Amino acid sequence: MTNPQVPISTIEAPRARGGFLLYASRYGTLVAFLALVALNIAITPNFLSMQTLTVNLTQVATIVIVATGMTLVIATGGIDLSVGSLMAIAGAIAPMIFMHPAWPAGMMPIAVTLAILVPVAVAAVLGLFNGMLITRYGIQPIIATLVLFIAGRGIAQVMTNGNLQVFRNDSFQFIAMGKIAGIPTQVILMMIIVVIAWAVTRYTVIGRQIIAVGGNERAARLAGLPVKRVKLYVYMISGALAGLAGLVVIARNSASDANLVGLGMELDAIAAVAVGGTLLAGGRANVIGTVLGAFVIQLVRYTLLANGVPDAAALIVKAGLIVFAVYLQQRADKS
Amino acid sequence: MNRLKRAFTFGSPAELARIGVILALLGLIIFGGLRYDNFLSAFNILSFLRYNSMFALIALGMTFVIITGGIDLSVGATAAMASVVAALLSGHHWAAGLGGGVLAGLAVGILNGFLVSRMRIQPFIATLATMLAASGTGLLLAGNQSVSVSYDTGFTAIGQDDFLGFPIAAWIAGLAYVVGWLVLEKRPVGRHILAIGDGEQTARMMGLNVERNLALVYAASGALAGLAGVILASQFGAGQPTEGVGWELFAIAAVVVGGTLLTGGSGSVGATLAGALLLGMVFNILNFENGLGWISLSAYWQSIIRGAFLLGVVILQARLQQRVKLS
Repeated sequence: MTNPQVPISTIEAPRARGGFLLYASRYGTLVAFLALVALNIAITPNFLSMQTLTVNLTQVATIVIVATGMTLVIATGGIDLSVGSLMAIAGAIAPMIFMHPAWPAGMMPIAVTLAILVPVAVAAVLGLFNGMLITRYGIQPIIATLVLFIAGRGIAQVMTNGNLQVFRNDSFQFIAMGKIAGIPTQVILMMIIVVIAWAVTRYTVIGRQIIAVGGNERAARLAGLPVKRVKLYVYMISGALAGLAGLVVIARNSASDANLVGLGMELDAIAAVAVGGTLLAGGRANVIGTVLGAFVIQLVRYTLLANGVPDAAALIVKAGLIVFAVYLQQRADKS
Repeated sequence: MNRLKRAFTFGSPAELARIGVILALLGLIIFGGLRYDNFLSAFNILSFLRYNSMFALIALGMTFVIITGGIDLSVGATAAMASVVAALLSGHHWAAGLGGGVLAGLAVGILNGFLVSRMRIQPFIATLATMLAASGTGLLLAGNQSVSVSYDTGFTAIGQDDFLGFPIAAWIAGLAYVVGWLVLEKRPVGRHILAIGDGEQTARMMGLNVERNLALVYAASGALAGLAGVILASQFGAGQPTEGVGWELFAIAAVVVGGTLLTGGSGSVGATLAGALLLGMVFNILNFENGLGWISLSAYWQSIIRGAFLLGVVILQARLQQRVKLS
């Protein structure tokens, strides 16, 4: 009673801090992105060149494509560890189709179309398989997708006998090497996918259902939402996008190596989602955040490599970045 | 009435799964013994134990982490980093290699514990980050290549030699499992972490120090991963910064096959051991199958079969669980 100011200040202080954290978590990724760009302009030679932009965009494109699917999966409260292996499977199938000697000369466009559609469809079916394990048997997503994480790369290796498939096929490689209006095709592909996913999560019924399922599955079920179907969809989409990313990777490399395609991609995708501000507990889907998250991770790596820091050290910085981003979000969420 | 009913149904789903894994293990041993001449030979058994002791060690740490409802993705990278540290220090004294490797693992474990218990970062993300950091550190220390260990100080004995007829590595793993079993079943701290896994809020209200227990569990997991790294370096004569990829998933699979639910709150050290041995045995049998030349299984088939095996086990467990829920 002697000092009426005290209670007011104790109320004010956490509110101000909460406000800061909220801003930091909401715009932190954007600020980090802009700061990284500014830093690079200042210290990295030739940063502001078309070539640097292209290198960064093409390197980030596959991560963004996979991470978009991962965002939807994580929004339902799940996780998909199998994406890297699905990329390897799709990457193994495509060259088998368009390199098959049975194709008559004039049928190449059909071969290439099939070489794009079939691998993506196979990856989607495998994603559906993940979803089945999760919805039908109630297996936790991390374990259900662990099955294909382990077996998937083996499937790709068995299909190719572990051999490197080298090819040169301009029409297939257009999905990575081609340019539309001066922009690399894979970047356009990435943008289309991001825009669709953003619109779906923002404006469609299924988008809201995904978020509702992740927010409170029990409540969603009681409210009559088709919880199982929603989950099947997201794992299928995640699988299909991983398959597409696998095709982009092999088209870019002019070669498919089942041992390497998509290796560690699940970590990059999850990291992009986490840095981008989607809560890993589910119930939120921030597609634009994921894109920014992927760009931040890519730029950090580029900054370090371009300035002579070894790749191994870049891993440590990436780790710190992930922890910091998640920590900020969680603090903001609590206040 | 309820108690009566429970006596006539087969225990909890976790118990059922545990009985299942032990039966499967016995089944595989009998199958192998009947099918292959040298399966039950001393040489095969000893090299099986020598090699699988590393995986058993990280699976033990993982059991405790999973009982608390967490997960430790960093163990593989930690083991790899520890193998590098151990190899670098092995020239001074064998104990320096051993102690250095374990301490390196413990350091990662303590960091994990800090991130999970103090900074309240989800275990999945926290250990994912330390996985990246540990593998980066290992690569930096090793200069991107494997580091040979010193053969002068007897460091290689840890992974390669026998003591009283059994591999030293297997003694270490066996001892760790005995200690782990005692801690979980006979010590208060074991009950505490079970309670935390069952419900963190409730455990907190009961007055348990959740933070300290979580920190302990992650530190132990890190130290055990470090020990596995020491054995790795000693067994293969080199610290290998890129080894250990996928070990964490092997450990998780061993724990799950052992019937421990990833939701936490229950778990058994013995069942994890059975799970780890079972997964190792699948590999062992595949190698024999290769040797017989019936089917020429390349290394690539092994991961498919391992995945299919994991699939079978998790579906079986899910089925059992559903049935128990209904009855």
